[in-house]
Amino acid sequence: MSDVVGYRRRRGVEAFMLAFAILLAIGGYLLIHLNRDGELPPEWPWALGILASLGLGLHLLVRWRLPYADPLILPLVMLLNGLGLAMIHRLDLGTTPVMHSAELQLMWTAIATAACGLVLVFLRDYRILQRYTYTMFLGGMVLLMLPLLPVIGQEKNGARIWIHLGTYSFQPAELAKLVLSIAFASYLVEKREVLALAGGRFLGIELPRPRDLGPILVMWLASLAVLVFQKDLGTSLLFFGLFVMMLFVATEKPSWAILGTLLFVSGAYLGYLFFGHVQVRVSSWLNPFSDYDQNYQVINGQFGIAWGGAFGTGWGLGRPNLTPLAKTDFIAAAIGEELGITGLSAVMLIYGLIVARGLRASLGAREPFGKLLAAGLSFVFAIQVFAILGGVTRLLPLTGLTTPFMSQGGSSLVANWVMIGLLLVITHQVRSPVVAAPEPVQWLEAETTQMIPVGAGAAAADGAGPRPRPSGDVALPATAVSPVSPAATPVSPADDESTQRVERDGGTA
Amino acid sequence: MNRPIRGVAVTAMVMFTALLVNLSYLYVGQQDYLNERPENRRVADARFGQDRGPIMVGNTAVAQSKPVKDRFKFQRSYAQGKLYAPVTGFYSYLYRTSALEASYSAELSGVDDSQFLTRLINGLSGATPRGATVETTLDAKAQKAAWDALDGLKGAVVAIDYTTGAIKTLVSYPSYDPNDLATHDLAASTEAWKRLNADPARPLANRATREIYSPGSTFKLVTAAAALDSGMSADTVVDASPFKLPGSTKVIAGGCGGTKITLAQALKVSCNPAFARLGAELGADALREQAEKFGFGTKFLDDIGSAASVFPEDIDAAQTAMSAIGEYETAATPLQMAMVSAAIANGGTVMDPYIVNQVLDSDLKVVSRTRPSQQSVALSDQNAQELQSMMVEVVQSGTGFRAQIPGVTVGGKTGTARTSPDRNPYAWFTAWADDPSVAVCVFIEDAEIPSTEIAGGRLAAPIAKAVIEALR
Repeated sequence: MSDVVGYRRRRGVEAFMLAFAILLAIGGYLLIHLNRDGELPPEWPWALGILASLGLGLHLLVRWRLPYADPLILPLVMLLNGLGLAMIHRLDLGTTPVMHSAELQLMWTAIATAACGLVLVFLRDYRILQRYTYTMFLGGMVLLMLPLLPVIGQEKNGARIWIHLGTYSFQPAELAKLVLSIAFASYLVEKREVLALAGGRFLGIELPRPRDLGPILVMWLASLAVLVFQKDLGTSLLFFGLFVMMLFVATEKPSWAILGTLLFVSGAYLGYLFFGHVQVRVSSWLNPFSDYDQNYQVINGQFGIAWGGAFGTGWGLGRPNLTPLAKTDFIAAAIGEELGITGLSAVMLIYGLIVARGLRASLGAREPFGKLLAAGLSFVFAIQVFAILGGVTRLLPLTGLTTPFMSQGGSSLVANWVMIGLLLVITHQVRSPVVAAPEPVQWLEAETTQMIPVGAGAAAADGAGPRPRPSGDVALPATAVSPVSPAATPVSPADDESTQRVERDGGTA
Repeated sequence: MNRPIRGVAVTAMVMFTALLVNLSYLYVGQQDYLNERPENRRVADARFGQDRGPIMVGNTAVAQSKPVKDRFKFQRSYAQGKLYAPVTGFYSYLYRTSALEASYSAELSGVDDSQFLTRLINGLSGATPRGATVETTLDAKAQKAAWDALDGLKGAVVAIDYTTGAIKTLVSYPSYDPNDLATHDLAASTEAWKRLNADPARPLANRATREIYSPGSTFKLVTAAAALDSGMSADTVVDASPFKLPGSTKVIAGGCGGTKITLAQALKVSCNPAFARLGAELGADALREQAEKFGFGTKFLDDIGSAASVFPEDIDAAQTAMSAIGEYETAATPLQMAMVSAAIANGGTVMDPYIVNQVLDSDLKVVSRTRPSQQSVALSDQNAQELQSMMVEVVQSGTGFRAQIPGVTVGGKTGTARTSPDRNPYAWFTAWADDPSVAVCVFIEDAEIPSTEIAGGRLAAPIAKAVIEALR
């Protein structure tokens, strides 16, 4: 019964932390103006009002639709989004004439949170996403390869990971990571048993059967194509890492992870040997000062972080505008400069916490699709953060990925907020009390049994799911006035009590 | 599937740990390196824009930061820039700093460790940190007098208070205006830098302390000191007949008023054969030892930089004889030749020269103060007094008569060094006075006078006189 626990909803905690996050962001915004002009900007109540109402709106939606959703994720994401807004505003002020991209970003934040809200409202059961495996796979691959097309694909700062439609530019990888996570998760839920069958052994590693190697080779080639033609290590690492990690989780065979890592490393090495631009990237990573003009951006990002020191120059008091693309690729360097190593470490920890909450949901999920999807979304998020923050701090060669929730750009914001919506939906189902006795037993079997048809699993999941189908909506008004979960409404009071009892027993996992 | 998910969680944890460790390494291991990179505009601009403290001569700021409305906020400005350039140096954006601006940069900008407490208190009280004041030992009047007396002649003047070692005058001509390099108009700064470096007159060179020249006959003071140390006295009769250099056909001759003259007479008329012969007799080692006691071979004034004066190594008898009269490869800074006079006037004791009197923080509390210190003993008190009388003779009735000042005892020694037949000789005069207690050295690089004249006495002595009078 380890998975069957009663979580407290903790919506109050979420509201409190959300308010705290918004105050931190607004505090940054006010400090920028106090530090630079010595007075508050006249429009600050507007900024506070808009951000607070976005936060409040999301919080109410979560309260209404997903009362058991993880209470930490929303405040953490709101904090990153708010800090990003404040920093973009600060960078706006650093140019002459003053720019207004923060206002645009605030508008995108509204759109993105609305998109997240739509997910919360309409995707109460994420398992319907399983129906579109191949469509999603195809769509994801197309998105991934889109920047290679002539005309719309465009090379920016040496990487070809953007597409341009008129004045609007967009990094399709942002959306592709979401779509492909879903596609991989549903594909692997179907195929995991087959893939887990052992083939030969090589150097003590159990290899999968050769015919099952097909998908991994396809993904490997796609990643290499991204590396070679889009010239971006981060994007390549993102998708191959995602795929290998999900294979590993689905099959529980470390050989996939080892094989995948070896394939990626050898592919990257081959890319290094045969392609000049990869060598340039590596040399500007290892030895940036060998060519100051070419590596101007990464060097200036480093200068900024060093200039900020342990505690930073303070909001608005550094010179982050000296680093090119400070609002997008190098927003982390701007944070490091003005909030210091301490501030940037805090931001890294916030990202880490989001990943940890996602993986926690994955561990707690009661059926394989949810497990795989939560793990995949969390890990791809982790890789993205790792690649871009590692690139800015020179842990890795620089990539052109966006810094989730912080860097300027609407499409990235929307895609990441939708991802968070999806994660919230999963966490809600994970944390909802499971009241009926037989279903959990069945689910424990599902964990261990080799061959269970996916369709049956989905159906069983529907049965086991705490969210009653149409009747749940009818029961909703009760939620507002009663502390009892809406899930409990159609169930007998005795069942509800049993949930409470588990909770009192200290049953947490 | 929970086991592999835990593996994934560990992987994610490793990735985030790597990010944090790498960031910490950037701070601990790379910050200083990155901040010191010359390309780092943040550091360069911040340093350049500091409200630095002034450099003072008496009550006048010769270098100070003035608030301006541009990105650097403060403009360094130099009143009488050319006059004090060798001392203040310049403070430029593109070409770094020099002289006191460089050596006292930390104090002037208020970031020196000694100002830590002031900085802390300022930081807590919200006051803008301000730099310290650097007070020099220079005397504005004497500095001006030296500049005016030099009157466009390429050369240098150094005056030292010989009882303490405090530098009273330090002039080098031609000079440059540090304002041209400190300007926030970086294009103009670049232009000025190119022009100054291309100028054949080398205005950026500090002729007073950083260049060495053949000292000519002024070096005879060192030879005389070595002679006295070997047991001679002012009245010892020396051979002034023409001296054929050992192992050479060259003969050093000169009208010395007889072939048998006293040492004092030899100095008074600057008798070349007598001193060349003396040098050969005393030997290179004795001469070098004597020169080093006066300060040859040592660099002084770290804060503005100086060259070490040279007495050549590994020389034969002929070279020794030539070196003894300040030729061959003997070379000295004007500062060093002032120190020779200073040591003689100070009873043989060489005081360590210094140019910064004290450093005061923004609240006028003393951060550091220079205490006069003894550098070495060049000669005994008795020998010093004998040499003093000999030098007084030089001024009263010898080659240095143009330095006479009524009511003041002045001792001096002239020098003229013709290093090459193609160019004009160097003219030297080094002297001391009893009131004020100051030693002066005047050096002129390009003395345009007939070779029959003793250039040092004609050109340099009046300048020394003007400086001594200005210091009274």
